[in-house]
Amino acid sequence: MNLKAENITVRAQGATLVENASFTLKPGELVALLGPNGAGKTTLLRASLGLSKPAEGHVTLDKDEVQTLSPMQRARRVSYLPQIRPLAWPNTVRDVVALGRYSHGGSLGRLKAKDAEAVDAAIDACDIAALSHRKTDTLSGGELARVHCARAFAAQAPLLVADEPVAALDPRHQFRVMDLLKKYVRNGQGALVVLHDIALAAKYADRFIWMKDGRIQAQGTPEETLTEERLAHIYGVKSRVEGAKVVVEGAL
Amino acid sequence: MTSARYLSPFLIVISVIAIFAACLFGTTPMAGGRVFTALIGQGDVTDSLVIWQIRLPRALAAFIVGAALGASGAALQGLLRNPLAEPGVLGVSATASLTASFVLYYGLIGTQAWLLPIAAIVGALIATAIIALAAIRTKSVVTLILVGVGLSSFAGAVMSLLLNLSPNPFSLFDLINWTLGSVANRSFEDIALAAPFLLLGFIILFLSRRGLSALTLGEEAASGLGVNLRNQRIYVVLGAGLATGAAVSLAGAIGFVGIVAPHIVRPFVRHDPARSLIPSALLAGVFLVVADIGVRLVPTQSELKLGVVAALFGAPAFIWIAMKRQGGGAGPS
Repeated sequence: MNLKAENITVRAQGATLVENASFTLKPGELVALLGPNGAGKTTLLRASLGLSKPAEGHVTLDKDEVQTLSPMQRARRVSYLPQIRPLAWPNTVRDVVALGRYSHGGSLGRLKAKDAEAVDAAIDACDIAALSHRKTDTLSGGELARVHCARAFAAQAPLLVADEPVAALDPRHQFRVMDLLKKYVRNGQGALVVLHDIALAAKYADRFIWMKDGRIQAQGTPEETLTEERLAHIYGVKSRVEGAKVVVEGAL
Repeated sequence: MTSARYLSPFLIVISVIAIFAACLFGTTPMAGGRVFTALIGQGDVTDSLVIWQIRLPRALAAFIVGAALGASGAALQGLLRNPLAEPGVLGVSATASLTASFVLYYGLIGTQAWLLPIAAIVGALIATAIIALAAIRTKSVVTLILVGVGLSSFAGAVMSLLLNLSPNPFSLFDLINWTLGSVANRSFEDIALAAPFLLLGFIILFLSRRGLSALTLGEEAASGLGVNLRNQRIYVVLGAGLATGAAVSLAGAIGFVGIVAPHIVRPFVRHDPARSLIPSALLAGVFLVVADIGVRLVPTQSELKLGVVAALFGAPAFIWIAMKRQGGGAGPS
């Protein structure tokens, strides 16, 4: 399953949020989407998932135009973990993970064997078996982050798009979530992840997509694209880069 | 797990018991045996008449009105992700009873009986659609409730205007009855008139239940999961509008049942909006049947109105749930 976005332009109320953006996502790779706040990352992701219709350009999942797929078909091919992750009710952890089976027809409380299997596998992968009967309103931020990851994994979609999955987590939990994503990719699935921690991205990502002012400024492996000049241009920060090691020293 | 599985069967048994109990009470109390023989069509002719013409239709009317409001409440709560959403609070019942009152006021009802449920449903659909539109524009739960309060107040004002201009005391009395809510003197014909709309509303709500579960994660994640948000909103608005409108056409405006029943049911179904639909409907039905027994038993000069009793118990419950939500910080709304 390959996701291919071509010349995506998104406009809203006269403003151009994303301009002429093209990228691909393949199974087996972890791609980090990097850029400052307001660069258009989330807008690009939503258009790529078919959740919003771009003004120009198109997105294909293998041979199918994403806009022609039903929401369910699309959800079975790409799993999406949005930036804002509210939980309206104090459900149990297992039920929240089971919602990941929505596109396969799974109903809470009466999961088919295949759905239950996928849910258990996701719970195991994210190491939350001990929490599975807890209510979500009793969990810590780090635990919740893993629950949301498990929910996204449970769909067993070939591709995963995660918008800031490690925001507001302490360093240890950031590593744990990134480890989960890495494991997911090693299983032969592909992940596109929005990150703000450049060092973390450099440690885990196979490929970077650099975004600023609604445009993709550069893409490539960390070795090719991670430079002090790049960080100065994209983020306006002074930094030292030695291989995959990044130290951000301050604002320019 | 187990509690969720046995909840609905348990509530069905309770419902049957409550409806049977409702047949026992009245101007002449009857023993269980007499009611039973009357129900199966044997025994005294007057008994049969009292049961089949007066008490059973009344009890059934109370039950299905409650069920409609309970299911609508549970579905609206799931859609808006808010335990305070309910046809009464959101102004749906008030708007429905207003449009129904127009039909009554202009005496149209004499010519075409089916105009009444149609009018009530149109009112309910208008109100639910406004609420759903407001829900798209604003993320704030409070704003939504305020829109409902506005709708209620507006419907109330127009209703007062109708009362104000009412040509004779008879239509005045009719209109007041309508706003207070009651199931007294309802016949099987009345029920049959509302039933198709009610049933259709139920079916639509039931079919949209899985999307309600997914909406637990918020709209963005739900659409990522494969929920068609636009259709989901339309189905819930349509289902709740049909069910509430039909309920209002049968009993007038009865508030708060749609809040209380889902609130009690939720912990037993592990807070899943989908699984709360049927038990909420059953429990709300039982509530109204029991409340209607109470209405008939309390010795007052003129009979208490069911809607008044429901509000007397429901409104404090509403306030309690609202305060608990604020203090407890039930998470981002």
